[in-house]
Amino acid sequence: MKVLLSWLGEFAGDLLEHDPATLAEHLSDLGLSVEEMITMGAAFDGVVVAKVLALRPHPDADRIQLVDVDDGTGNPRQVCCGAFNMQAGDLVPLATDGAVVAGGLKIKRRKLRGEWSEGMLCSAEELELPDSSADGEDPGILILPSTAELGSDAAEALALEHDVLFDLEVNPNRPDAMSVAGVARDLAARLGVPFAMLQPDVAEVGKAAEQVSITIEEPDFCRHFTVRTMRDVKVGSSPVWLARRLLALGMRPVNAIVDISNFVMLELGQPTHAFDLDKIDRNTLAVRMAQDGEQLVTLDGETRTLSAQDGLIVGSQDEPLSLAGVMGGASTEISESTTTALIEAAWWDPMTISRTSRRLGLRSEASARFERGVDPEIAELALLRFAELAAQTSTASLAPGTVIAKGSEPPSLPVRVRADRVNAMLGTELAGKEMVRLLEPMGFEVGRSSGEGGESGLSVSIPSWRPDCATEIDIVEEVGRAYGYSRIAKVVPLFDQRGGLSPSQQLRRKTADMLVGMGLSEVMSLPFLAPEDLRDEDRTDAIVVTNPLVSEESVMRQSLREGMTKIAAYNHARRIADARFFEIGHVFSGEFAKVFAGEEAASETRGAEDGSLPQESEHLGVLLCGAEAGEAVEAWLKLCRLLGVTSASVRNGAQPGLHPTRSGELLIADGEGSRKAASAVGVIGEIDPQVLEQHDIPAPVAYFEANLSRVLKAIEHQDTPPYTAPTKFPSSDIDLAFAVSDQIPAGDLKAVLTEAAGECLASIVLFDIFRGEQLGEGMRSLAFRLRFEAPDRTLTDEEVAKARQRCIEAAKATGASLRES
Amino acid sequence: MTPKQQNISPEQLRYELAEIISASRVAIADASTSDALDEAKAEMLGRSSRLAALRSAIGSFSADDRPEAGRICNETTSEITALLDARHSELAKAERAELLKTERADLTEVIGDPKVGHSHIITQTRRALEDLFVGMGYAVADGPEIDTEWNNFTALNFPLGHPARDMYDTLYVNWGEPMSTMLRTHTSPVQVRTMTSQPPPIAVVAPGRCFRRDTADATHMPVFHQIEGLLIDRDISLGHLAGTIEAFTTAFFGEGFSSRLRPSYFPFTEPSAEFDIQRPDGSWLELGGCGMVHPNVLEACGIDPEEWTGFAFGFGIDRLAMIRYGVDDLRDLWSGDMRFLRQF
Repeated sequence: MKVLLSWLGEFAGDLLEHDPATLAEHLSDLGLSVEEMITMGAAFDGVVVAKVLALRPHPDADRIQLVDVDDGTGNPRQVCCGAFNMQAGDLVPLATDGAVVAGGLKIKRRKLRGEWSEGMLCSAEELELPDSSADGEDPGILILPSTAELGSDAAEALALEHDVLFDLEVNPNRPDAMSVAGVARDLAARLGVPFAMLQPDVAEVGKAAEQVSITIEEPDFCRHFTVRTMRDVKVGSSPVWLARRLLALGMRPVNAIVDISNFVMLELGQPTHAFDLDKIDRNTLAVRMAQDGEQLVTLDGETRTLSAQDGLIVGSQDEPLSLAGVMGGASTEISESTTTALIEAAWWDPMTISRTSRRLGLRSEASARFERGVDPEIAELALLRFAELAAQTSTASLAPGTVIAKGSEPPSLPVRVRADRVNAMLGTELAGKEMVRLLEPMGFEVGRSSGEGGESGLSVSIPSWRPDCATEIDIVEEVGRAYGYSRIAKVVPLFDQRGGLSPSQQLRRKTADMLVGMGLSEVMSLPFLAPEDLRDEDRTDAIVVTNPLVSEESVMRQSLREGMTKIAAYNHARRIADARFFEIGHVFSGEFAKVFAGEEAASETRGAEDGSLPQESEHLGVLLCGAEAGEAVEAWLKLCRLLGVTSASVRNGAQPGLHPTRSGELLIADGEGSRKAASAVGVIGEIDPQVLEQHDIPAPVAYFEANLSRVLKAIEHQDTPPYTAPTKFPSSDIDLAFAVSDQIPAGDLKAVLTEAAGECLASIVLFDIFRGEQLGEGMRSLAFRLRFEAPDRTLTDEEVAKARQRCIEAAKATGASLRES
Repeated sequence: MTPKQQNISPEQLRYELAEIISASRVAIADASTSDALDEAKAEMLGRSSRLAALRSAIGSFSADDRPEAGRICNETTSEITALLDARHSELAKAERAELLKTERADLTEVIGDPKVGHSHIITQTRRALEDLFVGMGYAVADGPEIDTEWNNFTALNFPLGHPARDMYDTLYVNWGEPMSTMLRTHTSPVQVRTMTSQPPPIAVVAPGRCFRRDTADATHMPVFHQIEGLLIDRDISLGHLAGTIEAFTTAFFGEGFSSRLRPSYFPFTEPSAEFDIQRPDGSWLELGGCGMVHPNVLEACGIDPEEWTGFAFGFGIDRLAMIRYGVDDLRDLWSGDMRFLRQF
């Protein structure tokens, strides 16, 4: 909402005594945040009113055109102009040779691409005027009212006086502040200066107005429908002062009737609509809800298809005439031939207007006000103001008689407010009297009320323009707002709560820290994927955004792999070949997410337990460009060790999206007590080379992804083994090399050896892998170093030899044969 | 030939010792390595050296001559030892110099770049905020990113059809009834989840990811991060909220920064406010929204608003991170560009 200081002054003259910057601070402190404050009305010497005679293309440039203008001297001059919004006959501001416009730009006669430009046509901005164009639209050259005098000073023609424009951000709960009067009322109350509502001075002319019949079939949708008849309608253009105010507040002048309607709306917050009375059959109107599929041609010439949730004004034959509160109909539109107009001011249900305007994409200044809730008691005043302006501008005269049709009016009961409660909520120590002094200037009427417990209370009557106030807490806010939030003492509360991170939050941090320490950088990728990013079988239970902005961002990820692969491709395309990174993020539903979510998934996602929400898990992804699967395994095991997990391992097996013969599962022992067993918590290996090829990334790319919650839970449940003192007795090492088929995983053989070695085994390490002709096709040599020790003695050679023999025999049972060195 | 068979006179002894010293001088000087010097030492002072032979010959001297003979033998030994030591340290020095020369390493021969990981600036900022509020006594709460319409709107005093729902460009998902399940538009559902799962008093902050139907550009992303704070206790007032915001401001931004509350509107708080941070140069930064938890919200969550009051506040983490690290394009946070990530 934009307001002019001079306009505010018409409601509270004393406001003009204050410094505009101070007023701006008060407005912000009242919750009417000042987005921008513009000082207007600086005159520009040498800017005159000129008339566009002809428009011609520039022979050598597409983005500028040649404009012949008459500056009032009768000699046409040629100006080059980069805007295309004017037509021959328009009056425009011309900055002549030597003029200085906004920003200190000095205008000189000069050649543009070989064509002379004798001055410059000005936009609103170049004259330090507010720009009334829609956001993003090129405002173009300012078109002056046709009443401006050719050759005169443009500033004079625009009736530019010194003024200040405040651009306010009005919250949706403040319909009253969607008008100049409402802003003035709040500001006057804050500054303790008098506020007076308008009292239009307008005579009724001629015989009584024709009978108009209005039926309200939807009393909740339409609380009242108030009309007055205007005769002798002449649809001309508005006077400059009126047009200028509209422009300043961001509305384009159209014609006198439309302009007056807009002016009254900006001033008082009540939108009005003008019907051509002669086009209303039998002067009969009714308000009802539309039927599904019913059609109406609106003012803009569009045929609108309506639904049962839209409100309509219909004629005597039940035919739709106007889309109530949103846009008028074409059939009853005011035109050049209109002589008698019916001006309507109504109250429409905010929710209905909101739905209709949104559904049809017809959002206007009027619908914005109805959506917030127009003051149900201002209609008659607004119509009088309309008539006053119409009379002043010789646009129309007011016929005697007002027709008011009433819908339902909910009772407005006074609100009981406990003074103690107000102070307790605000942290103030205001006396009841002070609260009264704060509330009354804003229009609240305050009486005394005593509560059941005899505590002191206020009985607050709510003014009609404050539909947002209905309960005690609303009044608490009003008292605080009027008093000033900035005056409330800032106190840090003392409370008896201990802060901290939960064990899993601490572990999540530690996980990220360890990965960073391992040389990986943290990335964040968008959780949205394109449908093509998913495999066919994953699409069926994908979580899909039902109203995506673009289809490439319409499916929720089921794993981090796609997003991370895209990041790898992004970096590779920028010649960063060694990208190594991780991501911690949520994934949604899908087979992959489910398989690794485990039994406890439901309790983790909190909400998924009863099916009210989809499966959602937190995953960890690690991607290593230029690395083989082994590096991913090393990273996984290292991470687990750093986190204190000793039970982590991997198992071979093709995984979707990964290299079919170079992938497997991540295992970790989880569950509690006796239920503890190694279970799969994720996948590991290399990204499928076919996928890499699609993304133009060179193979190999090592990758693992784990359900992080599962990993962290396993750590939380892990029994910490008791401390054992390092033995004082020497240890013995034996090396065993086996010829093993490629079909037998090294991990399996290691497990067998570990089992067979017995309790004196201190460590077992695979230290050499070798393939060669002498071993034969499909075979490799795996060499393990086993260290034996005992806490209480030096192991005898015989004991170690026995363990060695057990290992060899156990290995043999798996098909591995000892290689004698 | 053993030294005992020698029969020499004291004069002869004196002469021979002088000979030995001069021969030793030559031999020591000629020894060019430690090994050669050790050999020379054995020759000069060893058991089979001439000096040893002479020393044993002293036994045949008269009792009068013997002490003098012993003394001069010892003197000779000392002199040779001194010469040896001097030469030894000379050689050791030279040999060390030679060794150091061959062992020379150029420490600036660094192959590749050290592989260092970097924490994302959102994570760094989020942790700084979490730590700050943990220090003030708050716990940290998490919640799902897809949540119900009830948690995201209805419980927060946005009844169905409430126009304020339109302030959020909500993304809905295909779960349950149409528009019943959504990508949460703010972290406030965590307030609801916390209040419905534990009795007051409550002091939590909830950082997390939120969503909005938006096209990515330098200042907008369809995904963003927020942190939400909630305090429910007895006798909590707007003044406490203002004090908490002020304490956060100085703790996070530093001394010289201050804060103010401006009236605003959110369905789930009343009184509602925006909070702004004032920089030491006097300029303002609009940071977030806050207010006293609306009685309807407390009631929806099963908390008696007459017994308990509280406040909530929330603001964007992304913008704070951008300000903190001087980043001017929001998209950089999501690009995964290593050249971006490695700077922090």
